Amino acid sequence: MDLNTVLEVRDARQRTPWRTGDAWLGGGTYLFSEPQPHIRRLVDLSRMGWEPVQQLPDGSLEIAATCTIAQLSRFAATFRVPAAPLFEQCCRAFLASFKIWNMATVGGNLCNGLPAGPMISLTAALDGSCLLQAQDGSLRRTKVADFITGAGRKDLGAGELLRSVTLPARALTCRTAFRQVSLYGLGRSGALVIGAHDPLDGSLAVTVTAATVRPVRLWFPTPPSAAALRGTLARAVADDEWFDDIHGLPAWRRHMALRLSEEIRSELAHGPELTRESAR
Amino acid sequence: MTFALHVNDRPFDAEPRPGQCLRTYLRDRGWFGVKKGCDAGDCGACTVHVDGEPVHSCLYPAVRAEGRRVTTVEGLAEPDGELHPVQRRFLDAQGFQCGFCTAGFLMTTAKLNEDQLGDLPRALKGNLCRCTGYRAIEDAIRGVRHVEEPCPGQSVGRNLGAPAGPQVVTGTARYTFDIEVEGLLHMKLLRSPHPHARIVSIDTAEALRVPGVHLVLTHHDAPERLFSSARHEHPTEDPDDTRVLDDVVRFVGQRVAAVVADSEGAAEEGCRRIAVEYERLPYVLDPEEAMRPGAPVIHPKGPESRIARAGNNVVGEVHGEVGSVEQGFADADVVYEETFRTQRVQHASLETHGALAYFEEKEDGDGERIVVRSSTQVPFLTRRALCALYDLPQDEVRVVAGRVGGGFGGKQEMLTEDVVVLAAMRLHRPVKLEFTRAEQFFGATTRHPFTIGIKAGARRDGTLTALQLRVVSNTGAYGNHGPAVMFHSVGESMAVYRAPHKKVNAFSVYTNCVPAGAFRGYGLGQVTFAVESAMDELARRLGIDPLVFRERNIIGPGEHMISPGGEEEDLHIASYGLDQCLKVVRDAIAADRSAEDAPEGWLVGQGTAMSMIATGPPGGHYADATVTLLEDGTYDIAVGTAEFGNGTTTVHKQITAGALGTTVDRIAIRQSDTDVVRHDTGAFGSAGTVVAGKAVMKAANGLAERILSFAAEHARAPRSLCRLLADAVECDGRTVSLKELHEAAREKAVELAAAGHWGGSPRSVAFNAQWFRIAVDPGTGEIKILRSVHSADAGKVMNPMQCRGQVEGGVAQALGASLFEQVLVDGGGKVLTPAFRRYRLPAYADVPRTEVHFMETSDAIGPLGAKSMSESPFNPVAPAFGNALRDATGVRFTEVPFLRDKVWLALEEHRAAGGEDGRPARQHPAREGSV
Repeated sequence: MDLNTVLEVRDARQRTPWRTGDAWLGGGTYLFSEPQPHIRRLVDLSRMGWEPVQQLPDGSLEIAATCTIAQLSRFAATFRVPAAPLFEQCCRAFLASFKIWNMATVGGNLCNGLPAGPMISLTAALDGSCLLQAQDGSLRRTKVADFITGAGRKDLGAGELLRSVTLPARALTCRTAFRQVSLYGLGRSGALVIGAHDPLDGSLAVTVTAATVRPVRLWFPTPPSAAALRGTLARAVADDEWFDDIHGLPAWRRHMALRLSEEIRSELAHGPELTRESAR
Repeated sequence: MTFALHVNDRPFDAEPRPGQCLRTYLRDRGWFGVKKGCDAGDCGACTVHVDGEPVHSCLYPAVRAEGRRVTTVEGLAEPDGELHPVQRRFLDAQGFQCGFCTAGFLMTTAKLNEDQLGDLPRALKGNLCRCTGYRAIEDAIRGVRHVEEPCPGQSVGRNLGAPAGPQVVTGTARYTFDIEVEGLLHMKLLRSPHPHARIVSIDTAEALRVPGVHLVLTHHDAPERLFSSARHEHPTEDPDDTRVLDDVVRFVGQRVAAVVADSEGAAEEGCRRIAVEYERLPYVLDPEEAMRPGAPVIHPKGPESRIARAGNNVVGEVHGEVGSVEQGFADADVVYEETFRTQRVQHASLETHGALAYFEEKEDGDGERIVVRSSTQVPFLTRRALCALYDLPQDEVRVVAGRVGGGFGGKQEMLTEDVVVLAAMRLHRPVKLEFTRAEQFFGATTRHPFTIGIKAGARRDGTLTALQLRVVSNTGAYGNHGPAVMFHSVGESMAVYRAPHKKVNAFSVYTNCVPAGAFRGYGLGQVTFAVESAMDELARRLGIDPLVFRERNIIGPGEHMISPGGEEEDLHIASYGLDQCLKVVRDAIAADRSAEDAPEGWLVGQGTAMSMIATGPPGGHYADATVTLLEDGTYDIAVGTAEFGNGTTTVHKQITAGALGTTVDRIAIRQSDTDVVRHDTGAFGSAGTVVAGKAVMKAANGLAERILSFAAEHARAPRSLCRLLADAVECDGRTVSLKELHEAAREKAVELAAAGHWGGSPRSVAFNAQWFRIAVDPGTGEIKILRSVHSADAGKVMNPMQCRGQVEGGVAQALGASLFEQVLVDGGGKVLTPAFRRYRLPAYADVPRTEVHFMETSDAIGPLGAKSMSESPFNPVAPAFGNALRDATGVRFTEVPFLRDKVWLALEEHRAAGGEDGRPARQHPAREGSV
């Protein structure tokens, strides 16, 4: 929709002091989807020229904040690492259509901080870290799982910019499993659980998103028993951290998170031959 | 900075506004094929291609289109007009109804690759259609052809395509806002943040200082006169409780002020600058509480408002008893008693409400008049209301509807025209008000949420002895359709069962919620949910097949329809297909193997429900039509009723082609304009075929007679040997062209035209039955529909393809209301779901194919034996689904929607309670904030 209070669009390459009423413009798919009467100026990131996604010499993967979902999906189709299937699974976990993928960015999804943000699910599950740039140019890194602090809340200062997300090489070698449920057919995630099994040390990471207000990443040195997983997850999420909104009752989300986690544990504990197609 | 882009290969260089999206940039340049469905990226109606990639133009920053090539639906065909294959297929399959979403589907489908074509549920996630139920769209994408082109005189009963089809698929059909008006001003509404408050003061000075703002209207500018936004032939059916702008606000979202400016942006800024001081008043959201003594009185008004008991917030009520239910329950072996609840649902027509007013010279040259172009189902009744409100003579107001982008009852209401006309008259400038999608949820109307207490008794042999209902309908802050919906809700729903003792107490109650209004089914769907659930439950408790139980208790042909709320004397069973409807279900069950498709470990069940509906509204529903032979030997139909995808235009042409022995391509139609005929009550109450169609039929038959008589005289041939051909009359072996006849008639000052009128009475009844087999995952609450069968008694079906579309669309819309749609209101009366990403509409992935069967009946009242079939397919869906859920799980769900989380929770509770089949489990209470 038209954002009628916006008076100016500024190219982000021209550095100008951040002021009240500024907003970074990534893909625009969130900003233009709701009234934003507080915004006066859009700082447009579309001409930054950042390489959308690249594998670094150490084997890690750097995804620019401006990488679109469509670019990430196309990249993953040719990406030859064990964790590659997870990329497309998470792209498809978007409520939005493939047409939105042409515009929406990975960074925008992270910075929106919604529990059902599938790029949060992907990058938190693969132990990603955010590179953040403050207005004074200083840089800092924080894990995706720490970057998102609550439903729509994130560790991001005024004018601070998410530059990229880096997934460590080790995480990309993991065998992954993915489960998602929604109240509706192909709808917004009510619970999304990802498992990552490290072939080198045999550890297992289980990451719960959508069901919880923030990503919950559990790491086990060896695959736990069903009871241990259940207990750890139940303890890791406080009662008020099971997300409560119109897309699912907290009790159902909790049940689904526990159920899907167990399916994932079972799938990854029993070797690669058991890759049952995920629940829709 | 210079800006340049190409749209459909044409260069444009106007610089966009900084925060403008591509959608409005394109529409501002006249590319009206780009539609606003949601303006939030959810519905896909605005899909265009940018450098060949499909995007939602409502989210696309217009500044980013610089240097790019944009293609809209207008540019999809070849420059020589040759349609794109996708456009051709959507015509062949008629993959649209109102057509408002169609450009988006075309532009999306045109870009699907093989993989995506193999997974349409996923590929079409970002495209919503409210009319079709998606089957016709799938057929279009798959290249299935349904359209027929029958021989002259053979149109009735055949699958003719909608006359507007070519315009719909090329983006050239003109909907309400697809018009350029010189000097147009834009209106935005300031809305109440409080559920109940008195406006102490309102300061508009700052708003008027905003550059571009021309006018701010408040309650000081509005007439004192009260009216009802509901529109009926008889305005006294609805309570007069509404002002154009009031000094008391009664729901969050009520209009407080209207700002008119050069641009929407300036009008929005003006709204933000208005300072309003409110005195907050106590409020009530629950209708039961609202009726209790001491509750805040929402409309302290006198008898002239026609509010039944204003002091108790009861706007309308009905109480009646036939026989003695006390006796009936004493006679019963089993008595079932339960309370059912239906939620608040939005119509969600893809085109929002809105109107545009401008001025034109009167046809007689005597001064000027105001023209109101509106997204309405009722142009004539809107004119009547505007004239009454502002003391205007009828010849100074013209109301026109373009093609309407969906209605579903929501546009049987005057929600925008009143304030637009007030502003236009004050400024003497053209003014437009177009609702946002969010305003549709908190500033328009919804379906009425109902609470239905039902008690029903039957004897061991399956004979119903008594049926008792207590119905409470939440009409929200304004009465509008409330009393009429409440009356209708307990009519056919109770009359379809033969029981010696019946009793009803029904209340339509004011609360400080967003108002409810007319909605497909008009109350019947809500009560049918309770009645059909209860019949299923009684049968189960008696150990009788629910179908057998129904067959034993439904009324038969020739029987009286008895409702304790009062008999309707002009209602007759002029054709009876209910037995056939149930037989279709019985046959489907007998041959069904779909249970084998259920995933392992899932619970499987099946359920049926049925419904009856009058084929038109009570109290008269009038239509005038004229059919005229034109100079070039073609015909012209003038009819008042509006076209919003219901297909009546097609049917009117078919009826006329049948009567005049011609083909539909030789017939033009003018419609939904107060200029074209004397009167038309409107396109509601499923009246398009049975009322307006009957008027058209009478006019067409009259014209046929006239032409034949004149031709006989002209050719000096015996009248009995004259016969109408497609473009001529055969007179005893000699062919006289219609052109020649027209000329001859003109010379003799004979007008070859005829008028037809129908008063909508007497009325018949139509029947529907729905059957589902479903599978339920007890571990997650997920439900799969394994099979869906619908039988519809529409009498003689005028156009099977279109009628099937109406049934499929009704079933899909009802599935949304059964499975997930809900307008949630929080504890402060605020709507929590004002966007499609919060209010889930059925998407392609949600709607299974429904097998649609038509019954072999022919109605004695309807035109050529036809009956209505547009509202009624909705009504049996929710209870059929609930009955299937009950069969699968052993749990009786008494509240819609049947969301997965609630289903899972109910099954957990059922299991925890030691859950046996047949034992009702307690429902989980509604989510906090849901009212």
